[in-house]
Order: sequence, then C-alpha cells, then structure tokens
Amino acid sequence: MSDTTIDPPLTAESATTAAHDSGHGQSGVGHQATTGISNTKLAMWLFLGSECLLFGGLISTYMLYRNRQGDAIGPDQLWDIPFTSATSFVLLMSSLTMVLAVSAAKRREERNTRLWLTVTALLGGLFLAGQVYEFTVFYREGLGYTTSLFSSSFYTLTGFHGVHVAVGIIMLMSLVGMLAKGRIVGDKAETVEMIGLYWHFVDVVWIVIFTLVYLIPA
Amino acid sequence: MSTDIRSTDTGSVSHDEHQTHAAHEVSDKQYILIALLLAVLTAMEVAATEIAGMPDALLVPSLLIMMAIKFSVVVSYFMHLKHDSAIFKFGFYIGLGGAVVLYAVMLTTFHFFIG
Repeated sequence: MSDTTIDPPLTAESATTAAHDSGHGQSGVGHQATTGISNTKLAMWLFLGSECLLFGGLISTYMLYRNRQGDAIGPDQLWDIPFTSATSFVLLMSSLTMVLAVSAAKRREERNTRLWLTVTALLGGLFLAGQVYEFTVFYREGLGYTTSLFSSSFYTLTGFHGVHVAVGIIMLMSLVGMLAKGRIVGDKAETVEMIGLYWHFVDVVWIVIFTLVYLIPA
Repeated sequence: MSTDIRSTDTGSVSHDEHQTHAAHEVSDKQYILIALLLAVLTAMEVAATEIAGMPDALLVPSLLIMMAIKFSVVVSYFMHLKHDSAIFKFGFYIGLGGAVVLYAVMLTTFHFFIG
C-alpha cells in the first residue's frame, strides 16, 4: 500500500518549465498547480480584474450624474477636502502596513504578521468611521440617497467602496484569528498575500475615487 | 513503491523561485519610502486644487497624471505585479483595460466629454 501519491503527476521537465514561467512572488506556489502558478493567486487577479469593471461602471455613472442635482445641494457645497484627504492618507498608510504584514509573513515572523494585519484593520476601521461621519454630515446638510441623481450615484459609489473596506476588515481580523489558532492550511504567506492583494485593490480604487469625485471640479 | 515526484522536483523549483524572488525583493525600508512618495503625491494633488486661478485645462490633466502614478506605484510595488507572472498581469489589465475602454465609449455616447 502506498503511503503518499500526489496527483496529478508532475514530471521533472514540466516542473522546471513551470518554475521558469512562474516568475516572481509565488514562493511555494509551484506546489499547488501543474501550470507552475498559484491557482488561488490567478483567481484573485481575475477577480480583481472583474472588480475594475464593477467600479468602472459606478465611477462612470457618478461622472455622468455629478452635475445633476437640480436645486438640491451639490458637491461644491458639500466636500470637506481636508477631512477627506486625511481619511485618504489613513487608507494609503494601511496599504503600507499591509505590505509590511506580507513581508513579515514571507520571513515567517508570525507575531509581526499578526501585528501589522491588526494595524491594517484598525486603519481600515478609522477610514470607515470617517466615511460614516462624512455621510452623516452630508445627510444633515440635506443630501439624502434619493435627493438627486448626484446623491444617488455618489452614495452608491462610495458606499460600495465602503462595503469593500468592511469586507476587507472582516477578512483581516479572521486571518489574525486563524493565524493565532494555527488554522491556516498550506502556505501562510500566500494566504496573507491574497488578502493583501484585495486590500491594496480597495486602496487603488479609493485613489481613483478621491481624484475623480473629490478633487476634480464638477 | 511510490515516488512523490512533485515533492522531489519542487525542491529545486522552489530553490530557483526563491533565487528569482530574492533578486526582486523590496525591503521594508523601500516600502516605507514608496508610501512616503504616495503621501507626497496625495499632498501635491490637494495643493494643486488649492492654487487659486489655476485653469481646469491644467488642473485636471495634472490631477489625472498624479492619480495614474499613484495607481501604478501601488499595483506595481505593493501588489508586486511588476515582477509577477505575465498571466497575472494579463488577468488584471484585461479587466482594467476593458473597463476603461467600455466606460470611455459609454461616456462618449452620453456626450460627457463635450462642453
């Protein structure tokens, strides 16, 4: 009786070819796929590519409707650029702490990994709190979800982004818990990297939203 | 007798990968410098909007350029796409490029760029 036979069979030649094709940043991933690249990572990049289409649609809709507020309050009377700049800076710095978590995970420094992941989640929470505060202020100023086409498209776009941040925070905290309990099966560094890719994507989407929605004059 | 070919072979595969990986490794200090660059670019964006009398024809392109730089820096270095497999780049950029083209056409159809 054989003890371990790993399928599908991988020849020495295909494994070497896969390694040359796989390039950088996939430490340990050659173990998972005969193509030599990580299936998980490929799936994540394809998912992020599809997310570009989702946010592209929301941003375009906002751009079309940003001047359609009628007699209601418009973006120029609402935006608090210093406040939004501060929350943008917080999200930007959370990308730094996330990449430091990935870096620590690759060095197998589990304590530092958990620390940076927690800091990332806290910064994400701070950004989200800022967004909730901003929404509250706008609502008190008279900008409801159905006030105008501008308000609907603005809340939908930034709300969708906020939901993505919230999901990211849940994933980060779950990851911290699973790392602490040793429940991550397989390559821990790759798991941290996958959550990192999602988190950085949320950050790049905000980079675009911050410029197109808040900074470019309507 | 069974032979675990994969684990035997991937020993050398993993070694080669790690050598390639090490060649492109970005240190924590470099990540902090990249984050500082991003913070400076954000500050420049905000400062540009505060310059009184700056024409939109100058302001908008400069904001878009700074946004594109920030976007590509995060994707290239924080997400490691610059040194990653071409398949990953294809997967992401096909979505990004598709979105840009699709919505540029949509906005053009709605005369967004006129006036």
